[in-house]
Amino acid sequence: MSNITRRDLMAGAAGLAAASALGIPRAFAQEVPTYTPEEGASLRLLRWVPFVKSEEEAWNANTRAFTEATGVQVQVDQESWEDVRPKAAVAANVGSGPDMVMSWFDDPFQYPDKLVDVTELAEAVGAANGGWYDGPRGYAVHNDRFIAMPLCAIGNAICYRQSHMEAAGFSEFPNDTAGFLELCKALQAKGTPAGFPHGKAVGDGNNYAHWLLWSHGGRMINEDSTVGIDSAETRAAIEYAKQLYATFIPGTESWLDINNNRAFLAGQVSLTANGVSLYYAAKNDPAMAEIAEDIRTVNLPIGPVGESVELHQTTSISIFNHTKYPQAAMAYLAWMYDTGRMNAWIEGANAYCCGAAKGFADNPVWTSNPIHAPYAKASATLRPNGYAGPLGYASAGVMADYVLVDMFAEAVTGQASADDAIANAAKRAGRYYG
Amino acid sequence: MAGSSRGGLIYWLTESRNGLGLIFMLPAAVFLLCLLTYPLGLGVWLGFTDARIGREGIFVGLENYIWLFNDSVFRLSVFNTIFYTVVASVLKFGLGLWLALILNEKLPLKNFFRAIVLLPWVVPTVLSALAFWWIFDSQFSIISWVLMKWGLISAPINFLGEPWNARWSVIAANVWRGIPFVAISLLAGLQTIPQSLNEAAALDGATAWQRFRRVTLPLLTPIIAVVMTFSVLFTFTDFQLIYVLTRGGPVNATHLMATLSFQRAIPGGQLGEGAAIAVAMIPFLLAAILFSFFGLQRRRWQQGGSD
Repeated sequence: MSNITRRDLMAGAAGLAAASALGIPRAFAQEVPTYTPEEGASLRLLRWVPFVKSEEEAWNANTRAFTEATGVQVQVDQESWEDVRPKAAVAANVGSGPDMVMSWFDDPFQYPDKLVDVTELAEAVGAANGGWYDGPRGYAVHNDRFIAMPLCAIGNAICYRQSHMEAAGFSEFPNDTAGFLELCKALQAKGTPAGFPHGKAVGDGNNYAHWLLWSHGGRMINEDSTVGIDSAETRAAIEYAKQLYATFIPGTESWLDINNNRAFLAGQVSLTANGVSLYYAAKNDPAMAEIAEDIRTVNLPIGPVGESVELHQTTSISIFNHTKYPQAAMAYLAWMYDTGRMNAWIEGANAYCCGAAKGFADNPVWTSNPIHAPYAKASATLRPNGYAGPLGYASAGVMADYVLVDMFAEAVTGQASADDAIANAAKRAGRYYG
Repeated sequence: MAGSSRGGLIYWLTESRNGLGLIFMLPAAVFLLCLLTYPLGLGVWLGFTDARIGREGIFVGLENYIWLFNDSVFRLSVFNTIFYTVVASVLKFGLGLWLALILNEKLPLKNFFRAIVLLPWVVPTVLSALAFWWIFDSQFSIISWVLMKWGLISAPINFLGEPWNARWSVIAANVWRGIPFVAISLLAGLQTIPQSLNEAAALDGATAWQRFRRVTLPLLTPIIAVVMTFSVLFTFTDFQLIYVLTRGGPVNATHLMATLSFQRAIPGGQLGEGAAIAVAMIPFLLAAILFSFFGLQRRRWQQGGSD
C-alpha cells in the first residue's frame, strides 16, 4: 500500500471501517501499519522530566534506533511535569513548537481539533497487544477517534511495613475499606500510624481523594456534565475519610507530594500510597536495607462500589497537526509502540510505568519482584478523571483547582461540615462545568 | 518634492531640540509601552474575558469579578493576603528599624555584622523557602525536635497543617527574608542624618528617646516611606514562599491572591479568572502606594505634628 492511501485513510472517517470497505481483511488491519517519513524530516517531542533514569535511557535508546533506521532526527525536550500542560496548550493553539507531546491526563481533550487523528495506528497497536485497557483508552478517544496514543499509567499502590502490620495483629492485608480502617486504627494504637496527604499534593493528594470518592460510589460529575458530587455516596466517602484521618499521623493536611515518602522512609508512618519509587528509594540506600526488606505493596482496598477504582497518573502521546512531518511523527510512534520496543521501555521504567494495552501486562518486570505486582494493575483499575462526565477543559480545571482534595481536607479537619464541604465543591466544580 | 521634505524631516529630527528629544525619548517610550503598559493592559482585558490558555476569550464583562466576589476561596485569599501583608510589614519595619539603629551604633566588627544581616536577602527565595519547609515539616521540624528534646512538648508542632499555625509560619519565613532589605535601607537613611543635629539636641539636654523621636525619626520618614512602600509591595505580591511551603494549603488557609491567581490561570487554565484575581490586587497596591507617598511624605507628619 502506498503512503498516500494511508494518509487518506487516516483522514477518513474511520480507518478500520474504511479498510474493510476497501476489501482489506480485518486481520490485515491488525498489523501495525508502516509510515514513510517525509524527506529531510526532523521531529521534536515534548515530554515530562523522567522520574526514573533507566526509563529515560530506554526511551532515548528506542529513539536513537529510530533515527539510525530512518535518518529522522528526534529532539526530546523535557519539561517539569506540571509545566507540560501550559506549554502544550500554547503550542497547540499557536500552531508552532514541538511536533509531539507526552502529556498528562485529559490534556489532549483541551485541544482535540489541533491533534492528528491516530486512530489507524492506535487500533492496530491495541489489537496487536491484546487491546487497550478502558481507562487509558478513555484518555485518548474523542468522538470515537483516537486523538492520542495511550502510553502508560504511573501506578499508585499502598506501601506498608509488613512487620508493623503483623505487630498490629493482622496477618493479611485487608482488601476492603472496612477492614482497611480497622488496620489503620490498629496501626495507630501501636504507634506506627498510616498517613495519606490531605494537602495540595498534585499527584498523591488527588490519587487519595479520588479513591475515597470513587470507592464509595461517589462522582464529581454526571454523564450529562451536571455536577453530581452532592450525593449520599459522597457523604459516606467523607464519613469514611474522617474516620481514616483520625488514625493518621498528625500534619497530613500540610503534606505535599514528597512528604509521605519522607515520613515513610524515616519510619514515621508505616503505611501510605505511592508510586514504586518509594520502594526503590529505600532499596537503593544501604542505610535503609531494613525498611526495604520490610516493605510490601498492595492495591488500595475495594469500597462499597465493589470494584477496584483509582485515578493514577496517566500519560499519552499526541501529534500536533501543525507538524510539518506527520508521516515521520506517525512512523516514530509506530516505532516506539512496536511490541518489543515498548516492552523494553516498560522494563526500563522498572514498574513505574504500566503499559496501556493488556499485552504489556506479560512484561517480565511485573513478576521480577513481588513488590511490582500491584503496579501492574494500574491500567486496569484506572478510571479517567472527571468521571462520569466527558473529559475536557472542565475536568482538567477541577482537578488543577484541587476541588476534590479541598473538599475532603475541609471536612476531615473539621473546618466545614460534610454538607458545607460538598456544597463548596459543587459550587467550584459548577464554575468549570457551567 | 518628496526628497526635500524627507530631508527636512531628518533635519528637524536630528538638529532641533524637540526632534532630538523625541529620538532620545523613543527607547524609553517603547520600553514602557511594550513591557509595562501592554502587559498590564492585556491583563486587565483578560480579566474581562473567559480566556483559557491558548484560547482567545470573549468579553464577559464583570462576570469573573462577580463570581470571585461570591467565591469563598477568593475571599479567604484576600483576607490572607491582607493579614499576611499587614503583619509581616509591621514586623519587618519594627525589627528592621531596630536592627538599623543597632548597626548604626559603634559596634566591634560593624562591617562584618552589616554583611551578615544581608544574607537572608541574598539567598534565593526558593532556597530559603525550602529551608523553611524543612524547619516547618510536620514530622522533621528542627524546632519541634529541639522542643521535644527539652521536654517542652510531647508531639511535633503542626506548623503548616493547622490554619493559624500555617499563617504565622509563612509570615515568620517572610519576615526573616524581608528584614535585611528594610534594615540596610534604613541604615543608609540613618547615615545621611547629620551627626551635628543629634549633638545639638544632646547639648540642649534631650534624652536618647527624645532625640530619636524628634530628630532621627522625622528625618528618616522619607526613607521609611519609600522602603515600606517597596516592602509592602513585595509582601503583597509574594508567591515563591507560599508555593514552596504550602501551595496555599492547608485548605487554602495560606492562599494569597498571587498564588490563587497562578493556580487558577496556569495549571487550571482559566486565564481570564486568574487575570481577574491579579487585577483585583491592583487597588490594594495603589492604596498602599498612595498612602505612603501622600501620607508619609507630608511635612506635617514628618515634623511630628498632625493635620
